[in-house]
Amino acid sequence: MNNMKVAGVNLKNPVILASGIMGTTGASLSRMAQSGAGGIVTKSIGPRPKKGHKNPSMVKLDFGYLNAMGLPNPSYSEFSEELRIAVEKSDVPVIASIFGGNAEEFVEVAEGLMGESPAAFELNVSCPHAEGYGASIGVDSCLVEAITAAVCHVVDVPVWVKLTPNVTDIVSVGQAAVDAGASAIVAINTVRGMAIDIYSGYPVLGNRFGGLSGDAIRPIAVKCVYDLYAALDVPIIGVGGISKWEDAIEMIMAGASAVEVGSAVYESINVLGDIARGIDTFLEDAGYSSVEEIVGLTHRRI
Amino acid sequence: MIPIYSKIIEVIEETPSTRTFLFDVEFSDALPGQFAMVWVHGVDEVPMGISYKNGVTVQKVGDATSRMFELSEGDFMGLRGPFGNGFTLPSPNEKILIIAGGVGSAPLAPLAEEAKNIGADVDIFLGSRCRDELLFRDRFNKTGNLLIATDDGSEGKCGFVTDLLLDVDLGEYHRIHVCGPEIMMYRVFRILQDKNIHENAEFSMHRYFKCGIGVCGACCMDKLGLRVCRDGPVFNGKLLEDSEFGQYARGPTGGKYKF
Repeated sequence: MNNMKVAGVNLKNPVILASGIMGTTGASLSRMAQSGAGGIVTKSIGPRPKKGHKNPSMVKLDFGYLNAMGLPNPSYSEFSEELRIAVEKSDVPVIASIFGGNAEEFVEVAEGLMGESPAAFELNVSCPHAEGYGASIGVDSCLVEAITAAVCHVVDVPVWVKLTPNVTDIVSVGQAAVDAGASAIVAINTVRGMAIDIYSGYPVLGNRFGGLSGDAIRPIAVKCVYDLYAALDVPIIGVGGISKWEDAIEMIMAGASAVEVGSAVYESINVLGDIARGIDTFLEDAGYSSVEEIVGLTHRRI
Repeated sequence: MIPIYSKIIEVIEETPSTRTFLFDVEFSDALPGQFAMVWVHGVDEVPMGISYKNGVTVQKVGDATSRMFELSEGDFMGLRGPFGNGFTLPSPNEKILIIAGGVGSAPLAPLAEEAKNIGADVDIFLGSRCRDELLFRDRFNKTGNLLIATDDGSEGKCGFVTDLLLDVDLGEYHRIHVCGPEIMMYRVFRILQDKNIHENAEFSMHRYFKCGIGVCGACCMDKLGLRVCRDGPVFNGKLLEDSEFGQYARGPTGGKYKF
């Protein structure tokens, strides 16, 4: 597959490792790069060390996965070394996912990691289970706009903004990010959810609730990407429930210029490379010349 | 899979610091060296080596294990597993060495029993702080030739379990299986590496687990990014060359701490 440029980032292929998956160390990230990812996103990094929620923090359900990690991270100052290793040892772009409680914190983290030369920043305004962070911000267009503008102002690489589906109108939040200078919209983060162990009565996750990923949320993600593509003038990165090449093609036809894959790593550490090869084969068999040719294809089938 | 609601049917005080919890559910297909995620409702869920088909053996070290020590027969916990890769089982007539330190005996006692059933020749080096803390001494005694070392000399050789390695020809073993505190395992690793036989050895690693199912990356070891929960917890010594083994590990934030 040929390299492709999406939202200012030169991807090796359109299948990117999603944030929070094998993203704790430079070595784990470069392992994913070697396993066939077209780009890799780090775990979300914040201003101060954070231990995250108590376990259980991730459970597999029949139709997807429920998780509440709680943004565990060692802070940007300690993560810099991991990011440096990831950038040095990976032959694909490394995108730094960052979070904070306000614009000042986002800027502090972005500036703190800038020196390690990430290919882009992905702003996490969408984690559904970290009070004061993530989706607490991502439901408010004004906050998203202010934070995006503040980060864009201090970094010289593209800024992607990852959105939560737990809003009435994801397009208006996406529009706010684009107005503030976002180079791409990443959609979607996990869908807020909960599971209960009926025998003990306890919620299964240590945090009581968390975010749903996997097969169950793919139609939600496809619809969000479809709507965002129709309304916005920047590339959309589609994420949510992709575990096979067919899922990726579906997301691309909805409007995604590239996709991110997360929980499916549970099935196989090589799943990203497998999906990328599957996309290639599909394009070739169907007579398409490039991924770009089918981005948003469904919008033209009327 | 969400944790299986499991009833404690027996609590055995193995040593002053370790207890075995037996449950009314069995990990019938568990291989020696695999682990279970053990959920203490409302507290935390932690990985534990499976020491019996229906049990785990625990040392009180944190919130979850402290709460566990307050539980008794008839109480309930959540269990998930078996997870990870266990030890390589021997062939009949092979000779293996088991090196266990402290609560590291937990996954090794089932290995010793399985190896004996298969018809392998089993030697065991068992170490602990003192005589009272020798875990699964009887189980090991029934499965092979047991040598003991204690830090205070109250039983067997006075010193570390690694001291027992000095007196034997380690090259005669088809495989060496090690579990215990990291510093102890690393000493064994170095001894075997000096003789260039670390490829014959397997080490059961401990790291902080978050998801426990190979997705999040919290337990990854440098420099290969190996997931202790999924690629391990048992690793061939060859894979641990030039790794963080014995040097440092990462805690809940992902930040490093040194051994």
